[in-house]
Order: sequence, then C-alpha cells, then structure tokens
Amino acid sequence: MSTNRALEGVGTFLDDRLHGARGIRVFLRKVFPDHWTFLLGEIALYSFIILLLTGTFLTLFFQPSMSTVVYHGSYTNLDGVSMSRAYDSTLNISFDVRGGLLMRQIHHWAADLFMAAIMAHMIRIFFTGAYRKPREVNWLIGIILFTLGLLEGLFGYSLPDDLLSGAGLRILEGVLQSIPIVGTYLAYFLFGGPFPGTDIVPRMYMLHVLLIPGLILALVTAHLFIMVFQKHTQMPGKGRTNTNVVGQPMYPYFMAKTGAFFFFTFGILALAGAFAQINPIWLYGPYNAVAMSAGSQPDFYMGMLEGALRVFPAWQWVVFGHTFAFNVFIPALLPLGALFTGAAFWPFIEQWVTGDKLEHHINDRPRNAPTRTAIGIAVITFYGVLWAEGANDILANHFDISLYLTTEIARIAWIVGPIFAYIITKRICLGLQRKDVHLLEHGVETGIIRQLPNGEFIEETRPVDEEARAILESRPHYQGLPEATGSDEEVPAPGMRGAIGKARERLYHVITESVPLPTNGHADGHGNGHAIEGNGHSVEGNGHAEPAPAAVPSGPGQSGNASDDEPPASDQL
Amino acid sequence: MSDTNAHGQPGEPARGDDLMADLAAAGEPGAGTGRAEGPHAPHRVIGTPAPAEARTMLADEPEGRAAPRELPADPEDPVRAKRAERVVAALFVLAMLAGLGFIAAYVIFQVHTVNNTLHSNLALGITMGIAFLALGAGATIWVRHLMPQIEVSEERHPLASTPEARAAFAETFEEGAEASQFVKRPLIRRTLIAATVPVVVAPIVLLRDLGPLPEKSLDHTVWKKGTRLVVYGTNRPLTPADFNTPGSSLSVIPEGYAENDDALAKAATTLIKFRPGQLQAPTVMNWTVNDIVAYSKICTHLGCPAALYEQTTHHILCPCHQSTFDAARGATVLFGPATRPLPQLPLTTNAQGFLVAQSDYREPVGPSFWERS
Amino acid sequence: MSWITARRRHPAAGYAILLLGLLLVGAVYASVVGGGSAASAAPPAPANQAQITAGRTIFLQDCATCHGFAAQGTNAAPSLIGVGSAAVDFQVSTGRMPLKESDAEAARKPPQLNPAQTHAVAAYIASLGGGPAIPSGAEVNTSGANVGLGQKLFVTNCAQCHNFVGAGGALTYGKYAPPLTKSTPTQIYEAMLTGPEAMPVFNNTTITPDQKRAIIAYVTKTRVQANPGGFSLGRIGPATEGLVAFLGLLLFMVLVALWITAKHGKTSHE
Repeated sequence: MSTNRALEGVGTFLDDRLHGARGIRVFLRKVFPDHWTFLLGEIALYSFIILLLTGTFLTLFFQPSMSTVVYHGSYTNLDGVSMSRAYDSTLNISFDVRGGLLMRQIHHWAADLFMAAIMAHMIRIFFTGAYRKPREVNWLIGIILFTLGLLEGLFGYSLPDDLLSGAGLRILEGVLQSIPIVGTYLAYFLFGGPFPGTDIVPRMYMLHVLLIPGLILALVTAHLFIMVFQKHTQMPGKGRTNTNVVGQPMYPYFMAKTGAFFFFTFGILALAGAFAQINPIWLYGPYNAVAMSAGSQPDFYMGMLEGALRVFPAWQWVVFGHTFAFNVFIPALLPLGALFTGAAFWPFIEQWVTGDKLEHHINDRPRNAPTRTAIGIAVITFYGVLWAEGANDILANHFDISLYLTTEIARIAWIVGPIFAYIITKRICLGLQRKDVHLLEHGVETGIIRQLPNGEFIEETRPVDEEARAILESRPHYQGLPEATGSDEEVPAPGMRGAIGKARERLYHVITESVPLPTNGHADGHGNGHAIEGNGHSVEGNGHAEPAPAAVPSGPGQSGNASDDEPPASDQL
Repeated sequence: MSDTNAHGQPGEPARGDDLMADLAAAGEPGAGTGRAEGPHAPHRVIGTPAPAEARTMLADEPEGRAAPRELPADPEDPVRAKRAERVVAALFVLAMLAGLGFIAAYVIFQVHTVNNTLHSNLALGITMGIAFLALGAGATIWVRHLMPQIEVSEERHPLASTPEARAAFAETFEEGAEASQFVKRPLIRRTLIAATVPVVVAPIVLLRDLGPLPEKSLDHTVWKKGTRLVVYGTNRPLTPADFNTPGSSLSVIPEGYAENDDALAKAATTLIKFRPGQLQAPTVMNWTVNDIVAYSKICTHLGCPAALYEQTTHHILCPCHQSTFDAARGATVLFGPATRPLPQLPLTTNAQGFLVAQSDYREPVGPSFWERS
Repeated sequence: MSWITARRRHPAAGYAILLLGLLLVGAVYASVVGGGSAASAAPPAPANQAQITAGRTIFLQDCATCHGFAAQGTNAAPSLIGVGSAAVDFQVSTGRMPLKESDAEAARKPPQLNPAQTHAVAAYIASLGGGPAIPSGAEVNTSGANVGLGQKLFVTNCAQCHNFVGAGGALTYGKYAPPLTKSTPTQIYEAMLTGPEAMPVFNNTTITPDQKRAIIAYVTKTRVQANPGGFSLGRIGPATEGLVAFLGLLLFMVLVALWITAKHGKTSHE
C-alpha cells in the first residue's frame, strides 16, 4: 500500500505540473502487435544504446591524437615501436584497463549487429510493404539512419589508427581525390593536407562521438515517435483489419517483452565480447604508409563498396590535361548511390504505378506482391554479388579459386544474378500463391481415406479453419489507376496520357501481377477502386491470362468439392 | 499524442466524440466485438473512452470501479504459473550472482599481459553475459507464463485531420500571414531573404582553413637527385652488390624520411632485381642499375602499398583490389582496376657506390586525380 | 523395443542424428588429413663425401626424373645447380619436394625424407654449384631478437602476401602464400634466403641475419600468442567477423524473437 501511496505522490506531483495523466494512459494502453519480424528494428535500437554506453566508457580512455609516441606498455611484441597516441591508447585500453578489451569488443560487435539488424529490418519492411502510406517518411528516415550508421562505423574502426583501418582511409582519400574538379580539394580539406597528415583522427573522433551519434539519436527518436503515433503495422489474420491493431498492450506486456529483448541483446553481445575476438589491433600493428596486409577488408557493411571498387574495369578518360578516373568514382558512388536513391524513391514509384493513395496498416505476405518481392531479391542479389567480391581474395584463398576468376565471375554475375533472381523469385511467389489458392478451394487433407461405393479411394479434406483462411485470403488492395473519362472512355485521365501514361499502365499490370483468389465468394475484396480492365477477377486487376484456378484438374476425389463450392462464374468486383 | 484533446478549440470535435460514435456503432461502450470462447484469450476492444469515463492514474479503489476490467488479474493455470514463478525467480537469482561475479572478477583478475587479459576478459564477459541473458530469459518466461494471455485490439483513426480541422488550420495560417505583412510587403520579404543568404553561406566559408590547397603538391614526392635509397625499418643504404640476387624484392624509402608518414605515403618504393635480359620496354633502361629497377610502391588505383611481388611471373599484385603490374615491362597494368602503370624511379649510383635516385619520379605517383594529365 | 527405437519419433531425434553424423564425418576427416611436417631438427654436420654420395643416390631415386640426372633441369623442373643446400632443405623438409601432384604451387605436406636424408641431398646439391647454406642453430636462435623491428619488417615486406600475422593469402592463378603456422625458424630463414617458387628472395645483404631473426621472432611469438579476445576467428580480419555477426549474433536474436513472440498453448495448426 505504501508503494501505491508513493507512486500516487509522484504521479500527482508530475501531473500537477506536466498534465500527463490522459496522454500517458493512452500510451500505456497502446496495443502492439506480436510478430517476431517486428523485433528486428529493436535489435538495432538496443545495439545502438549499447554502443552509446560502451562508447562512453571508451572515450574515457581513448586519446584521439596522431602525435607519435614510442610504445613501452604491456604488449611487449610492440615494445620500442613508434606509433600514434591513438593507437597507443587503444593498446592501453586493451591490455592495461580492466574490462577495457571487453568494452572494445562489445562496442565493435554491437556496431556489427547494429548494421546487420538495420539490414534485416529494412528488408522486412520492404518485403511486407510496410513502407507504404503513411510510413514513407519513416522509410526515408530509416535510409538516412542506414547511411549514418555506415559512416559512423567507418569512422569508428578507423580511430585506432591501425594498419588495416589506415589502409581503408588511404582508399577513402584515393576515392575523394578521383572526383572530378573538386576531388583534390575535398581530400586535402578532409585530411588537412596530404595523406595521412595529423588531423584525420581528431576530426573523425568529433564526427564519431558527437555529430553523427547526435544525428542518429535525433532521427531514431523521430523514427520511434512516428511509429508509435501511427501505430505499428500488423500481419494479416483473423480479426485484423486496416482500421484496428490487434496485440497486447504496452503496459505491462510489451514493456516486459521489449525489456527482455534488450537484456538478450546485451547478453549475447557480452558473450561475443568474451568469446569472439574482434578487431585485434595489436596483431595488425600501427599504421605505416609503406605496409599492407593480404586479405585486407573493411568491416562487412562497407564490403559492397569494396567489391564495387574491385570489380570495375580500368576505365579512365584523359582529356585536355585532366583525368576522369571512371575506374574509381563510378564504383564508389554509383552502385550504393543508386541503391539508396532507388530505395528512397521506391514507395513513391510504387504509388505512382499502382495509383494507390490509401493508408496501409496490414502487411503484405511477400508472396502476395510477387513483383515487389522479386525486385527486392534481385536488389539483394546485386548487393550480395558486390559484397562477395569485396572479400574475393579471402574466398579465393580459402576455397582454392583462382583470384582473377573471382573478379571475372563478379563482372558477369552483378547483372546476370539479379536477372535470374528476379525471374526465379517471381515464379516462386506465384507458385506459392497457387498453393494458397489450392488450399482455399480444395481444403486441407485430413489423412482419412474413404472408399466410395464404386471402389475408388479418396482422401477426405476439410476446409481451412477461420484463422488460416483469414491469412490465406489477405491480399494487397490496389486502388486502380484513374479511369478514362468521356462518353466512350476515350479521354485518358491526366496521369495516364502519352508515352508515360502507357508505360504506367503496363507497369501497373507487372507490379500487380498475382494469382487471383478463387471467385467463390470467399475472396477478400472490398471492391474499392476500379481495375483498368473489368476482367471479372478480384480487385488486383490482374491483366495476365492466368487460367482460372477452378479449371485446374484436380485429383480423383476432389472434383466433388470444387463443383460444390463454385457459384456460377459472374462478373464480380 | 493524438488522443489528448482536453483543450480543443470550440467548434473542433473532441477526439472522444469520434470514439463515442465508433463505440455506439459497435454496441455498448467498452464492450468487446466478438469475444472468442474456449482456450483462446478473451478478446476485447480498447478505445479511448469519453472523458466522463476516464479513469485516473491513482491507486485502485475497489468500491469505485464502474467499468469492467480491461486486463485479467491472473493467468489461467495457477499451477503452471507457480512453476513458472519458481523458474523466473531462479533465473533472477542467477543474474544477481552473475552480476556479483562480474564485480568480483574485476577485482580478482588483473591485466597487463596477454594471458591475464584473456582470463580477465573471459571472466568479465561470461559473468556479464550470464547476468543479462538470465535477466532476459526470466523476463520472457514472466511475460509468457505468468501474465494472463490476452489479445486486445485498438481502433485506428484516419491519420488525416478532419476537413474542418484543416480548414481551421488554413484560416489561422492565412490570417497570421496577412497580419505579418510578409506577403503584402515584397520589399521586406526580398530583403530578408537577401540578408539570410550570406548567413547560410558563411559556415561553409568557415571551412576553408580545414586544409591547404593541393596546388602542385600531388605532383611531387620528396625524392631528389642524389637521395639514397634505404631499407625501410633498418635505414641501411644499399649498393647494387648488396641487392644482387635475381628475384629479390624490397621496400625502400628515401633516406631521412623514415619518421615522416606524409612523405612515405607517396615516396615508398619497391626495388626489384632481375636476371640480365629480363627487363624490357617500356621499362626505361637508363633508369636501372645492373638490372635493378625501382617502381613506386603506391598503387595507381587507390594508393595502397602494392608490393606483392611474384618472382616467377614478375608481376606486382596490389592486395587491395588486385591491380596487377608487369615489373619486367615498366609496370604496365595487366589486370584489375588500375589505369596507369606504376611510375619508375630513375636510379643510379653515387660516388660511394650506393643506390641513389637520379631525380624525383617523372610523373605523379599514386591514384589519379582531376588535374593529372 | 530398444531404448533408441522407442525414441525414434522424438522431436529431437532428427537433430541428434544430424549431430552424430557431423561428428562422425569430422572425426573421419580429421584422422585422414595429414598433420604437420617434421622439422629439420638439428643443423647438419659439415658435409663429407659419404653424405654427398648418399645424397646423390637419393637424388637419382626421387628427384632426377624431373630435375635431370645432373640436376641441370628439364621441361618439368628447374635446374638445381647453384640453389644451395638451404633451398633443398626448405623444399624437402616442408614436404613440398618430391612433388606429388602438379598444381599451381607445391603444397606443404608430410615430408617424404627424414632429416638425415634431407641433409644428404642438400649436401649433394650444394656440392654441384654452391648457393646459400642451411643456417646454423645460432643463426636461427631468436632469443634477444627485437620483436618490434621484426613486426615492422614483416608487415612491410611479408604481410602483403602472408597477411599481418602470417595466416596466408591469395596470389594469382591459383598460387597462394601459405600460412606460416607450421614453419620452423629454420624453414622461415631458408624461405627468406632462397625465395621458393613465387616468393621473392631476401638475401643476407638485403635483410641481414639479425633482421631475419627479428622477423622469425615476430612470426613465432605471434602465432603461439593467446587471443585475449576469445576465439581468433582465423586472424584474417573482418571477413569472419561479419560472418559471426550474421550467423551468430543476428541469428541468435532472431531465435530469441521467435521465442518471445510465440503463442504458447497453441497446438499444431491444420
């Protein structure tokens, strides 16, 4: 009782001044839907918090200076070696501060996990269509966070000024230098003169501990606020509509779950810090401009850029006393730039092609958006080919592949791979949709065999249960493109005119291609919007002449079921 | 938050009214839509109730409870819950012990040698990991088995404001714009913009002193006529007799610059000894001494030290991006993204017989840049 | 029925079988894959005629088919005149020679000749045309060596092929710089001195014996050094770290997420 009185006291104190009772109560009762894929973003969030905590510890001991010292510390292999203060202080943290090595390792593992989780989360958002209205702003914030995370990680692992990360900085300088017109100025301004100079580590330090974490923190806060305000999306299911959220309330359920998840994140990172050595800078040695190691790699999230640099052929153009170093600035800027730009524009492109202006709060099952899923897999394949090429010397050495062959394969695979991936993925999605339609029409096998009077054996089926039906029948709702006007529909709508309009129409059919649900009254269509061609199928406006599923010949005992359920085919919107 | 609207403008519908309409449509206020029976959790609808029914944050007053509970008080199976409670408690005790263990490990395990660091790291990391994982596992079991399983739903509201709200906003905005005179007096508007432009540009200007202008510094290295070649790491100068085994390869630097990384980042050089007759055009033979040739070690792709020398193929391979240069033929590019051959350092011997440079490299070393012709 | 048969449909039965299979395969594989080579132990006694004759016999048996009866070389193998006893000792004690299969590069394998035989052949080859000699015990004794200098020299001249600790790296056309984990100090010295296959030569006037000892000290000390951060993940850098991040950390968190959000009490679906 006294705890209640104390809580009452605190609550009254705050409410008297800040007026929170109603608002905070709303927040406490907010419903959060439950699906494991919704926790991927939390992995990133909690990794970030752990980065802040461990990073603060490290800043107490790290010295961001490139002045030279001669080492006489605990790591005797490097005794008498001259090195920068930054490297020296990192050795100090590792070998002369209790818990220092653990904090360094947790920090670096958390950075890796942060980036991996962002990738997984972004992929989940894409494949379930959770970036659609009203969440486009959050999607854009997410892309910015991804970019900031990349930079943050790059600067972070370059701070100790070791051989491996120093080589990475050299590559960064070379990339900057290659940019036409302004390149050499950018490089000299960033490094405070010729490479390596003495300014880069202190400058990266400021960016790494102050500016970029501040930006990330602000954007993450906005990202979460928007998500809470708009309420989370949910997976399709029984009782779940576009106008509700089904799940468990924040207090006490979601709070407890998310708290548990934080502990798990911290716990596994602590175990990783204990058992898995990461970034052993004492083995790399201090940076020296004359040395290089075989198998040098950046951290994995920079791997795609590294692969792009390796795969690109030696193209340059020297004209009027100036060099266009295509071999450098194209692979450095184009693939990742195209990826992020394409990702940023994608929600709006999809809206334009499908004419979709509705709010979407129910996630798509990836199979129900075959073209989107296929495009996503193709992009991931493109990323993956370049990522693998980034480690081509490691792969060549460990799998006994000729070194040049890996690059030659990548030079072809970067375009052939995504094409194949698109085709295969789309076919798989359509196949899965057919499987779903088959289940809806013919039911689930029960394993009960029955003999008919004429001697034939059939297996009995039963219709799918309500919950499964709700999931199988969920489909994205496409509003449809604007209709033509005029007495004979000869005046196309404003957005549909000309070559672009025709292209839009064709793209509409490609993007909305789907195996239609069975037309036996169970389709989940609300009939909102008009398909371009009133082809009598469900609202997806499927322009492809897919044979009506009911016409597919089924097994011997199934014909009875199919004809029982099918009403006469009718034009149904 | 969107739902708080206790101080709404007159004429603007309060949030609660929307909800009242929703709830009225659904039936009695606070009632569930479609309670499922059986072993599944009861299903309720949560909406923001009308202000009159708003409950407070205060402690429960059993006699004052007017509406039915939203959340059940206890889980369904008390026996199972009891078991779960014991497991959760055990996990929390484990977490506490591990946390204490962490503190003890910090005190007990010293560092300062590699092996000690290993033990300290293991002890600290394992205790910390167990502590957090046990906390997480305990919390998870708590939620899953001790809290009553429920499923609730909450109504979504269209995110777009009502047309009346938008209209009111537009009115307020326009009135304010008019009152501010911003639109009606173009002179102050334009001069304001003119005033702010330099303020915005100034921070960019402030960045000018980040570094010196490159000017011609990328075109030269510190190599000069007569600079001796010394072995990097030992600073020993070399005579051709020292470096006389065919197939030898070595990293050399200009004498006196061993501590100057800025200079070495461009001046690092690879020395290679060939058999007679192996060196061919476009290697400049006048720049070699006794079949010893010197190439820049700085890769012309992105500046990594490229010194992976294969004696048998006489290829120089840069390990970064696999640019390959033919050392017997003037370091021409054979494979990979590099576009220019490695510059060759003109060599000769001085009066004492040591290998020295004839001059600086005759072209800029390292990665290409805009001003490089 | 037996205990195992009664549990053949246990939910964990599949996993148990898989685990058993993996362990079995691993054990068989580990037992057939060769181990390290026996080092050339004590430095050889000064060559005498008996040793040279014995060496010649072995040479004619095991080497002459490729290297020619007078070690003059053939299409299949280079001349050995002037390579010196160090080169022979290196190649034979690491098992590279006699060559078993023709590949992009001769691989280290269990040596075919014992140390005495190796030294005999080396003495014979040295008698044909001189060349660098097998280093003495004192020459490869790393006590008192400057490990810091060794690190600097190694990382400048060796790491671009062999990686920063000597874990190995890829060269072109299927060649590779092998890991240095099994090399004895003598073998490392000899390799630097003679430049086997694609490796360049670092003679004693370029990298002096003192400096060679420093490099050997660095390599041998680092490879036995404990990894204070835990498992080394191969000491090849961030590639394996990224693998662990995805397949270890992220996968673990996904499994935890599956657990946290699972609906308990729900039996199997339709």
